[in-house]
Amino acid sequence: MNASFAAQINSILAAFILLTAFGLLVQRRVFGLLHIFAWQGLLLSISTAIVGYSAGLHHLYISAVLTLSLKVIVLPWILYVLIHRLKIHKEVEDMVNIPTTMLIGIALVIFSYHLTAPIRELSTLVTRSTLAVALATVMLGLLMMITRKKAVTQIIGFLAMENGLFFAATSATYGMPLVIEMGVALDILIAAFIFGIFFFQIRTTFDTLDLKAMEKLKEEE
Amino acid sequence: MILLVLLGINLIASIALAFVGDRKYAPELNIFGSAATFAASIRLALKVYNHGPMLAANGFFFVDAFNVYLAVLTAFVSMTTAIFSRKYMRHERSHGKVGHKGMRFYHAMFQLFIFAMLLALLTNNIGVLWISMELATLSTVLLVSLYRTPSAVEAAWKYFILCGVGIAQALFGTVLLYFASEKIFGEGSRGLLWTNLSAVADKLEPTVLSLAFIFFIVGYGTKVGLVPLHNWLPDAHSEGPTPISAVLSGLLLNVALYALVRCKVLVDGATHSHKAGYIMMIFGLLSILVASFSLLRQKDIKRMFAYSSIEHMGIATFAFGLGGPVATFGGLLHMLVHSLTKSSIFFTVGHASQMHSTQEMSSIGGLIKGNPSVGWGFMLGVTAIAGLPPFGVFTSEFLILTAAIKDAPMFMPFFLLGLVIAFAALFRKVLPMVFGKPPSIQKPIKAAHLPVFIHMSLILVLGLYLPTFLSQWFHAAVVLLVR
Repeated sequence: MNASFAAQINSILAAFILLTAFGLLVQRRVFGLLHIFAWQGLLLSISTAIVGYSAGLHHLYISAVLTLSLKVIVLPWILYVLIHRLKIHKEVEDMVNIPTTMLIGIALVIFSYHLTAPIRELSTLVTRSTLAVALATVMLGLLMMITRKKAVTQIIGFLAMENGLFFAATSATYGMPLVIEMGVALDILIAAFIFGIFFFQIRTTFDTLDLKAMEKLKEEE
Repeated sequence: MILLVLLGINLIASIALAFVGDRKYAPELNIFGSAATFAASIRLALKVYNHGPMLAANGFFFVDAFNVYLAVLTAFVSMTTAIFSRKYMRHERSHGKVGHKGMRFYHAMFQLFIFAMLLALLTNNIGVLWISMELATLSTVLLVSLYRTPSAVEAAWKYFILCGVGIAQALFGTVLLYFASEKIFGEGSRGLLWTNLSAVADKLEPTVLSLAFIFFIVGYGTKVGLVPLHNWLPDAHSEGPTPISAVLSGLLLNVALYALVRCKVLVDGATHSHKAGYIMMIFGLLSILVASFSLLRQKDIKRMFAYSSIEHMGIATFAFGLGGPVATFGGLLHMLVHSLTKSSIFFTVGHASQMHSTQEMSSIGGLIKGNPSVGWGFMLGVTAIAGLPPFGVFTSEFLILTAAIKDAPMFMPFFLLGLVIAFAALFRKVLPMVFGKPPSIQKPIKAAHLPVFIHMSLILVLGLYLPTFLSQWFHAAVVLLVR
């Protein structure tokens, strides 16, 4: 597999990752979100493995396996169990203004391309063109966390942001040193346990996982 | 070796406390762990003081004048907080605000939090710095929701989400930094070591580093509590247990600012301009102004002092942004005195709200009559934090002000306006609470006097005269930060 072919495959994967990011933005069903999130992790893992193969960097295989196990198996499984325990699997989130959200999302993608333009010119890596997509994934995750009002959805947005960051690391630098990636993975795992506990705390104190109920702490006028 | 001891104590204490749980001697064990950490940090400080900066474990750890003083401060405040929390948490426990499991969790996480902050301070690796900052957030998130009241859970969720999002931006900054350094060092951890990076800072790509700095200031700035990224801070500080408010305000904000300043040094070296400094000055000034106006409107006592923390972190950020030897010296001193004063205020505030079973300022009154040492400790703490002489905060603010008059006169009016409003707001709110007749709801409590006494005397000493070793220390740090 030569470099340009690998770069092309990687670009296609990047396009799909961006597609999943938009999918997350507008998906209303909890399980739908979970599926899209798992697909995003899978695409990320394949992309990492391809970059590792074409650049001959074996430590990227380890990152790919790490992503596969964490983002495709462990985290979706934890969320799946939580959703079942909390009996919210049938919930449909009502959202207003899907078209507006999509338009803002598109604007964010363009902004990401603009922001990373100077870096693309400096880089010599085959993966450089995907950095913009990585930043866009981070931004779309952020947008998702702002527009959504359910605890589970916000967490999935948070994890999607983390996916974007991971993708940025592979596309800008062929991955961070392995120690760092391990550490980040550990932090995400701890975070997963914490939000698991949180869902139950929110549920027992507010009787719902809808964050609209949590608007007590505000500056009084 | 001493580094491993220093970091190991907290980790072992954390695990031990998780097993000890709610036994009678758990608070004492907590104090013992923190005191041992403090002793180890003094040992490390002496070593650095006598032999200069040191690298350890293949460059994984780096200790210089800048971070060692913060490490000693962290260990010290964590020790006094542990002493304070013994009586405070016993009161909470006996009043049923926190249960059996909660106490176990509280002690274990307290030690883990100190561990995370010390690791963040002492590591040389920018990536590990990020990981430990995130760990520090995660270990305190569930402590904020310890009381399980609706507002505590809401505050903790906000803290978790906003800091998680914020710090994710800092990771992107770290990726960009690694991207720039990889061109010089190639693959591997070497390219993330701060000492290596600062040695070649002028060869790093300026456009990439400018972009990275934006992400750093958004990321670590969220944790520092800079306006407009500060929304989580007043909630998390007011809803958590008071010892946690004390360490969040006194220590975590400092560590986050430390991370930001370390990154700024690299960016300054690469861009050869003062751009990063200006960004920090504007964020700092905005924090001072917004926080001081918000002080006026507060009703909750802990929330008010959370805003005061935002103001003071704004002052320190402004000082580091201003750069130059005097301002940097002032900034370093300000981090020290703010941390000591604010944690001491939180100790007295904790007792004051326990006496009245509320955090509403309108229900608190007559502290000096009710419990003279709590009342006077509180009054003196507020006098110090408002920047009146002869306390240490006055010295540092005066230094920063002097530097600002010389280097950035156009920012001066705003800076002064913020200080004056904060001063007026604090005294307007605090005087009725301290003087006057105690309300009928007031109940006597067993208060921990020692931590407040130690802190206040230290701040007084720092205001009257700066010990030679400390000023030499700061000079060494200034040389590192100002080029």
